[in-house]
Amino acid sequence: MSRARAVALIGVLVAWALVSYGNVALELMNPVLLPTPGQVAAVLADTVADGTLVRHVGTSLGRVAVGFGIAAAAALSLGILAAMCVPLRLTVEPIIEFVRPIPPLAFLPMFLVWFGLGEASKIAFIGYTTFFPMFIAIAAAVLRVDVPLLRAAASLGAGRLDLIARVIVPAALPGIIVALRLGFALALFVIVGAEFMGADAGLGHLIMEGRTFFVPAQIVMGALVLALLGSLVNALLLAAERRLFRWREAAATS
Amino acid sequence: MLLTSVPAMMEWGLHGEPLRRGRALRWRLAALMVFLLLWSVAGGLVQLTRPFNPLFLPAPWVVVGALTELATKGQLWPHVVATLERVAIGFATAAALAVALGLLAGQLRPVRNIVEPVVELLRPIPPLAVLPMFIVWVGIGEASKVGFITYATFFPMFVTTVHGVAQLDARLLRAAQSLGAGPRALFFRVILPAALPDILTGLRLGVALAFFVIVISEFVGAERGLGYLINDGRNFFLVPQMLGAAVMLGLLGYAGNGAVRLLERRVLRWQHPE
Amino acid sequence: MTMTIQVRGLSRVFAGAGGSTPALLDVDLDVAEREFVCILGPSGCGKSTLLNLVAGFLRPSAGEVRVNGRRVTGPGADRGVVFQEYVLFPWLTVAGNVEFGLRLSGAAAAERRGTVARYLELVGLAAHAAKYPVQLSGGMKQRVAIARALANNPSIILMDEPFGALDAQTREVLQDELGRIQRVEHKTVLFVTHSIREAVYLADRVVVMTSAPGRIKQIVSIKLPEVRDRFAPEFTQYESEITRTVKEEVAKVHE
Repeated sequence: MSRARAVALIGVLVAWALVSYGNVALELMNPVLLPTPGQVAAVLADTVADGTLVRHVGTSLGRVAVGFGIAAAAALSLGILAAMCVPLRLTVEPIIEFVRPIPPLAFLPMFLVWFGLGEASKIAFIGYTTFFPMFIAIAAAVLRVDVPLLRAAASLGAGRLDLIARVIVPAALPGIIVALRLGFALALFVIVGAEFMGADAGLGHLIMEGRTFFVPAQIVMGALVLALLGSLVNALLLAAERRLFRWREAAATS
Repeated sequence: MLLTSVPAMMEWGLHGEPLRRGRALRWRLAALMVFLLLWSVAGGLVQLTRPFNPLFLPAPWVVVGALTELATKGQLWPHVVATLERVAIGFATAAALAVALGLLAGQLRPVRNIVEPVVELLRPIPPLAVLPMFIVWVGIGEASKVGFITYATFFPMFVTTVHGVAQLDARLLRAAQSLGAGPRALFFRVILPAALPDILTGLRLGVALAFFVIVISEFVGAERGLGYLINDGRNFFLVPQMLGAAVMLGLLGYAGNGAVRLLERRVLRWQHPE
Repeated sequence: MTMTIQVRGLSRVFAGAGGSTPALLDVDLDVAEREFVCILGPSGCGKSTLLNLVAGFLRPSAGEVRVNGRRVTGPGADRGVVFQEYVLFPWLTVAGNVEFGLRLSGAAAAERRGTVARYLELVGLAAHAAKYPVQLSGGMKQRVAIARALANNPSIILMDEPFGALDAQTREVLQDELGRIQRVEHKTVLFVTHSIREAVYLADRVVVMTSAPGRIKQIVSIKLPEVRDRFAPEFTQYESEITRTVKEEVAKVHE
């Protein structure tokens, strides 16, 4: 972690401690409403000890993984296909333009009606939410492949299949991976909301419980765990990206 | 074949030969028509054969019917207005704060050095996870919803504004200074115009995000709003109502995005003079 | 005798917003085997379009191009191309780039290695085989591009202002290198440039083109020895003659 980040982290923690403990001391606001770091740590310890945190995190991650996985597979195949097939692209574009402005969360209750309150509805919802942005971004990444690259390969003897396998895919790969990474981040962003209603497990549900049973410290803990999870996964994916695309280092230009 | 041919790739890349304007438009319209047609056929079939409750897959006309019914009973517009109000106030507040603070922070290096790592630290926390906190603090009234929208949309717009100022080419400032510009002129005539494209992009993101999050806050503890309409429909499986309200939401979001784009076009005319 | 490159009545029109522009109009050209021909002209005279048509990247609006007697309908390994922006494959190493065409034609690994080594040696980059394009300077990148085109053993090499993106010194160094390589490889070369000096230095014949619409104005045979002295009076004479011809055309563009 960079120095600036570490300093910021300490600063935020200190500020938080000051405000919350100060509140307790000066009795400005109901201390329950402003959980102290100590309280949050306590809830964290409890839920880790009795295994509920791991269970809920596992449930959320599981839903995200399956939903994202299905959406990614679909977005990859359809995205690459759409990029190379003009009729398909023109057909699909207006439908996407129609569906895109509708906030995915607006469909959540419908998914609950269609698939009930079980895992299927959450997975289907995550799949739906992440499919469209990934599909659009992947198609765009493939379309962006530079014409000169195609020409260079063709003048070295590449036929259509060679062009696809040896030029288009490697050239579009960084963009495709970025699309997948953003899709996963979106899935994590949205799963919480999806687990607010019609769920009895998962981080979102855990956070909502904090409201239902008036334990704000649980809300804060849940949010922080989620943030940590998101950062970790993002960092892992970025590291993998960097290793895969070593040839890009310092190439901010091309 | 259907895939872009090699000769076409050589000339135009994977895009293929650019279609004359009329043709592309006609194809798109045709695709939309086919989509609506297939949907209608599916809906009609479901109604006839009833493999499941037809309410689950309403045909387009059923959705439109449900919407018009609500409208005539005066039960649509109050909800639309409620949602719009919350989004408008929440977004406007966040935008004003984000742009003002962003412009300030962007110019002062020390402020930026403090603010940026903090924002990076808090960014991974999904705003949705904080929603219950808002409810606990402020209850389930208008204030908590508007406040939540402000909170959720503030950070992205703030970050893009700071970035818009920070990525300013220092040479522009030097050029202006050597033409005699003082601090006030520098800000209004160089920094602001140069940062405007990023700021407006941030605003567009903010509008989209506002509509994104308003839904969920209207699910949980609301008696008015399009989100409420959607969730309320769950009780009696009123999928036409749910779909209709969702589509309305989409239209509003689209209009909001369009409004910012229009603003962009006028204010940023120098980017595309044709 | 079949010419290596035969261009007959070649025209190319581009459809634009305000109607169509003829970039190239009714061009005839013959290039013999092992000839080094430079196509010279001001901006907008269609020289790159001509090259792209011979390469098969564009299709003619009228007329035809024949290479070794066969009509050109698309790009192919018989016509290697060197671009101004290098266009190396960034995800491959220098060696990977040079062997690209060989992999496509199914050459065995040992054979590929040998060929790659030979051509990297030829362009002086043997020590950089494992580097990625991102780590190379402009001049080095262009040398890799030349090695890549040569390694595939095409009968023709097409070069589109290959040294245009380089600084003046590197440019002259690479011109010398190219001259040296050509004396070893003896390829048929079509070389587009807007530098008269470069054309006189490298070419057996210089094709001077007019501006829009692109047409051939004059073809000058350069009767100079293989290894040329840029400061010899005969060299300067050719330069002046061609400069005069080109200046007439440049004046037309600015009207």
